[in-house]
Amino acid sequence: MVEHLRKPKIRHPGLKQNALGLTRRDYEGSMSTLCAGCGHDSITSAITQAFFELNIPPHRAAKLSGIGCSSKTPTYFLGESHGFNAVHGRMPAIASGANAANRDLVYIGVSGDGDSLSIGLGQLCHAIRRNINLLYVLENNGVYGLTKGQFSASADVGSKSKRGVENRQRPIDPVLLALSIGASFVARSFSGDKAQLVPILKAALTHKGFAIVDIISPCVTFNDHESSTKSYVHTRERYHEVVSADFVPPAEEITAEYEAGATEGIHMHDGSLVRFHKIEANYDPTDREAVYEYVSELQNEGEVVNGLLFIEESTEDMHDIHGTVDEPLVNITMDRLVPGSEALSKLMESFR
Amino acid sequence: MASAGLDRTNDFAFKIGTVNGTGSASANGLLMQSIFRMGIPVSGKNIFPSNIQGLPTWYEVRVNRDGHIARTPRIDLMVTLNPNSEERDIAEVVPGGYVVHDSSWPLEEELRREDVTFLGVPMGQMCVEAFEGARARILMKNILYVGILTALLDIDTEVVKGLLRERFGRKPKLLDSNYLAVKMGYDYAKEHFECPLPLRLEAMDETGDCVLMDGNTAAALGCLYAGATVAAWYPITPATSLMDRFLAFCEDYRKDRETGKNLYCIIQAEDELAAVGMVLGASWMGARAFTPTSGPGISLMSEFIGLAYYAEIPAVIFDVQRTGPSTGMPTRTQQCDLLLCAYASHGDTKHLLLFPADPSECFELAVRAFDLADRFQTAVFVLSDLDIAMNDWACPRMEWDDSYEHDRGRVLSSDQIDALDAFYRYLDVDEQAVAARTLPGVNPKGAYFTRGSGHTKFGRYTEDSAEYVEVVDRIARKIASSADSLPEPIVVSRPEAEIGIVAVGSSDGAVREAIDRLGERGISADYMRIRAFPFHESVEAFLEAHDPVFVVEQNRDAQLRSLLTLETNVPQERLIPVRYYGGLSLSADHVLDGVLPPLDAQDAEATVEIGAAADAGDAKPKVGAS
Repeated sequence: MVEHLRKPKIRHPGLKQNALGLTRRDYEGSMSTLCAGCGHDSITSAITQAFFELNIPPHRAAKLSGIGCSSKTPTYFLGESHGFNAVHGRMPAIASGANAANRDLVYIGVSGDGDSLSIGLGQLCHAIRRNINLLYVLENNGVYGLTKGQFSASADVGSKSKRGVENRQRPIDPVLLALSIGASFVARSFSGDKAQLVPILKAALTHKGFAIVDIISPCVTFNDHESSTKSYVHTRERYHEVVSADFVPPAEEITAEYEAGATEGIHMHDGSLVRFHKIEANYDPTDREAVYEYVSELQNEGEVVNGLLFIEESTEDMHDIHGTVDEPLVNITMDRLVPGSEALSKLMESFR
Repeated sequence: MASAGLDRTNDFAFKIGTVNGTGSASANGLLMQSIFRMGIPVSGKNIFPSNIQGLPTWYEVRVNRDGHIARTPRIDLMVTLNPNSEERDIAEVVPGGYVVHDSSWPLEEELRREDVTFLGVPMGQMCVEAFEGARARILMKNILYVGILTALLDIDTEVVKGLLRERFGRKPKLLDSNYLAVKMGYDYAKEHFECPLPLRLEAMDETGDCVLMDGNTAAALGCLYAGATVAAWYPITPATSLMDRFLAFCEDYRKDRETGKNLYCIIQAEDELAAVGMVLGASWMGARAFTPTSGPGISLMSEFIGLAYYAEIPAVIFDVQRTGPSTGMPTRTQQCDLLLCAYASHGDTKHLLLFPADPSECFELAVRAFDLADRFQTAVFVLSDLDIAMNDWACPRMEWDDSYEHDRGRVLSSDQIDALDAFYRYLDVDEQAVAARTLPGVNPKGAYFTRGSGHTKFGRYTEDSAEYVEVVDRIARKIASSADSLPEPIVVSRPEAEIGIVAVGSSDGAVREAIDRLGERGISADYMRIRAFPFHESVEAFLEAHDPVFVVEQNRDAQLRSLLTLETNVPQERLIPVRYYGGLSLSADHVLDGVLPPLDAQDAEATVEIGAAADAGDAKPKVGAS
């Protein structure tokens, strides 16, 4: 495996610098080992861009993840940040503890639909409830990639696995879930829509409290199978004839650019059609009930509503709720933490 | 009908059977504390149901002038106030003992025994006459029996009054009713019975250097003095009160002077998986963090514990053991998680375990647990149990040395990182095989990726055999090398002892008492109380030097013996298991029941051999004790 391959740091004098004098390259990590054309790599690029544009010193960020394709990606950005690849579905616990100990860092957690909506569903819900100051990126492709194509809990009814099995269980929708249990920042985007994604990520990183960004991120390997008459089916059948299932066909990242207020269909790798609906002019992203109703209504019509869907800026985050001091707990020295011998001997008298 | 000729002053046990949820705990604590303040060695064992209200509950108090305060199954006096447990309560009293009962209603004839003395007091009736309201009448009935026992056992009335003043001094009405209830019980007993009974108390001076505290309180205090700032937990009996007490201590001692804000963050997690995950997250960030739990929690935490081991992240976990398996008996004690904790999680793992024997050691070992977790960058378990954690123990006062320097282990400062050409997480290894770590947010050069997947000494992902083996071998060396830094075993030697007894944790009191009783039979035994795992080298030496070695423990499957067999070269046959796993605190009787039969069998064998030798004209005196 070549996950740790460092990218050569070549600085072109003309590279744009941010306020810290750093270039975008300073926010990159190791080379990706994901499939060529994977939507996750586009998200990595958007995250890199967002941190660069926000002028966050890389070492003042902490990046965390669980297990899965998506959870590999923190290696691919912010090479000068501490990273933590936790166990499957448990990134929110690590993030909560880390944030409790040091509230000054910028926290980004990357998870997938299996990590978030199946094994880690409870942790996701409680991280939302706790309102930890964390950008939670959910790279949502509807399948388990590393274990080769099983349905995830976000797979839509009627979608077919690579082997042709149809999913008949209703999906858990992270956006509706987050809205219903009180998330203070809820967004949905598409890995191919960098123009929309980077501003959302920047907003989420800036948000105080838990910000969930559900990002539709096509799996070029395990969603390239739909019994569609579109050209991708032909491509898939041809590759299957020649090589084993482990062969990953080269594919191009899906990109889409569209105007606000319009509904547009996006062709996925597998040839199916997903419709994106942009925020309308009279949309109120601060009215939780209205947003919930709006999103679920349009989803019932087969559309994926996306954008910065809901935001509540005035909530208390975990530290407010716990009344923690403003300075990071890790900075507090022992002389302020240990009451000392005299206090102990006084205390002992109360246990006589 | 007391045992004739035996002086039972400061040497007896009594038990109180009530209904839980009726406020008897407070009265029982009052009795225990009064005896403690009279300077007499005393212990109290709360036997309570996993229930809030309505089921039988008992409190056992043992006083012993020689300092043997392990539980005893021999109850000399029973106060029975629960019709649902009356029958078994009365049956439990030793011949020659006493039963105090509520004579407001006649005692059923078939419950009467000829060999015990019944002391009836119309407690219900007295309370109905003296107090208003159902709740007050129920509560004051408890205080009434305090008064009765004060007269029967000759408890110092001034001590009792003093304690009531301390408790209710600010609530004069409550104080008055308590005084009245004590006086009513006391006067009734004085008037109707020959007080004191032969089971009586006499002030001593044996508890002056002690405090009366439960192990969870002491452990919480240890966490406070260890400088823990992040604590995460999920409620579970019998670990819950550890966090309750930590929170209470933090509220008293951990407020920022200027802002009044908290210098701590205590998170009630959604489950034990999350709780230990938070501990790892906080420790990775450089805080001292812990979680208290019990066996079921450890089962849930196992995956993360393996991550702590492999990614080398400090974690302090208190396992307050209760009876398993599964839900088991949540309000009964056992030492049943030794193997679970020693090797928790999949793959090759091994963890540091500490075994406190009483609340004082809970304090001491809690502080050390944090130092060891930081020093060895790994999970450290403090294996307490329900007996230690939830019963009040008369134990040595806890002390603090202000010059104590917490060992934060090998953490590089920003300057130290700057001085390096490059930093790699697992490369710079010291003589204990510990690698220097960096903390997030300190220095961009110190960044690395923490992972539970295969990694090289540089901290990079790998699937290469040699690179993988290099790291896991070093971790094995690190854990092995920790043995020298852990609390050493405590050995109590007797002259010419051949047999050895080994135990951990709360078995200590019962084992010491059993050894004294063995001595009275002419059997000399050396005793080693192991305080940590991986075992110190002196553990194996002790096992080598004794034959047989009795391994006393509170579980069915002889887990300590298994650990000793796995981790030393001592032959298994040498280690004789002595097990008690019924869920009550260990008593010396349990120990003797396990130790004596094999010794007797050995003697019988020796006698046969000697007999055969005698036939050949080579007689030797019989060895051992009968």
